[in-house]
Amino acid sequence: MLITRRAEFSASHVCAQPALSPEQNRLIYGPAANPSGHGHNYVLEVTLEGEPDPATGMIFDLKKLKDLIQQTIIDPMDHRFLNYEVPPFDKVVPTAENVAAEIWKRLEPHFEAGCARLNNIRLYETEDLYVDYAGAAEVGR
Amino acid sequence: MRVTKRYRFAASHRLHSANFSEQENRELYGKCSNPYGHGHDYVLDVTAVGPIDAVTGQVVHVPTLDRLVSEEVLQDFDHRYLNADIGEFQAAIPTSENIIRVIEDRLAARWRAAFPSEWPRLDGIRLRETKRNVFELRP
Repeated sequence: MLITRRAEFSASHVCAQPALSPEQNRLIYGPAANPSGHGHNYVLEVTLEGEPDPATGMIFDLKKLKDLIQQTIIDPMDHRFLNYEVPPFDKVVPTAENVAAEIWKRLEPHFEAGCARLNNIRLYETEDLYVDYAGAAEVGR
Repeated sequence: MRVTKRYRFAASHRLHSANFSEQENRELYGKCSNPYGHGHDYVLDVTAVGPIDAVTGQVVHVPTLDRLVSEEVLQDFDHRYLNADIGEFQAAIPTSENIIRVIEDRLAARWRAAFPSEWPRLDGIRLRETKRNVFELRP
C-alpha cells in the first residue's frame, strides 16, 4: 500500500555551471541561467510504501512524516536562495532533478529501520514540470 | 529518474465508423458520433527517463523536448479537426486510444534524432481528454 504526503516550499535558484561560459549555460539552461536567479513554488509529494501495522492500522504516522518533511526539507529550503544558503547547492546545480535527489537523500535514512519504505519523491517545479525519483537503484525504471 | 512535462492542445473530433450503420454508430459512440464533431482541451504529459547528467544536472534538456513535442504534435493537432486535418485519422477513428498511439509513434520516430545519446528515453505518455477520462501508454 502507498501513502503520499504533500508539502510546499518557495525558493530561488540559478542554474549555471561556473566552469562553462555564459553562452554555454544559456544553451543548456535557458533563462534559468540568468545570474541573479529566479524562484518557484515547489510542490513535494513524498510516497511511502508498506503494510498497515495491525495494532495501529497505519503504515506510518502521518504527523511524524509531516514533522520529518518540515525539519529536513521545508525549514532549510523554504524562502531561501538554494545556491547560496542550502548545501550541497553551493557546488551542485540546483536543477529540479538534483533537488529531488537531495530530498531523497535527506529522507531515505529515516525509513531504513521501520516497516515503511520510501517509495517515490515527486517534485513539481511548476504545475507543468515535475520529477519522479525512486532512489539510486532506479536509473531507467 | 523521470521528468514529466505537460502540454496542452485544443482539437475537435468525431467518433464515427464507415463500417457501421448510423444506428450502430449511435449505439457505439453515443453523442460522440454527432455529425459535425465536438472538441476537447487535451492535456498531454510526456515522461522522459534516464540518469542525471553529471555535467548539466539534467535528465532531459527540456527545450529540446518542447521542440520535439511542438513540431511532431502540437503544431499539427492544436486547433484542428482531427478527422479532417490529421493524416493518421483518415484511416483510424480519433478515439483517445488511437490519438495516444499516434502521438507515441510520432515522438518515437524522431526521439533518437532529438536525443542521440543512450539517455533520456521516452518513458510514457498520458493523455487527458477531460478531467474524467485519462489514457496512459508505457512503451
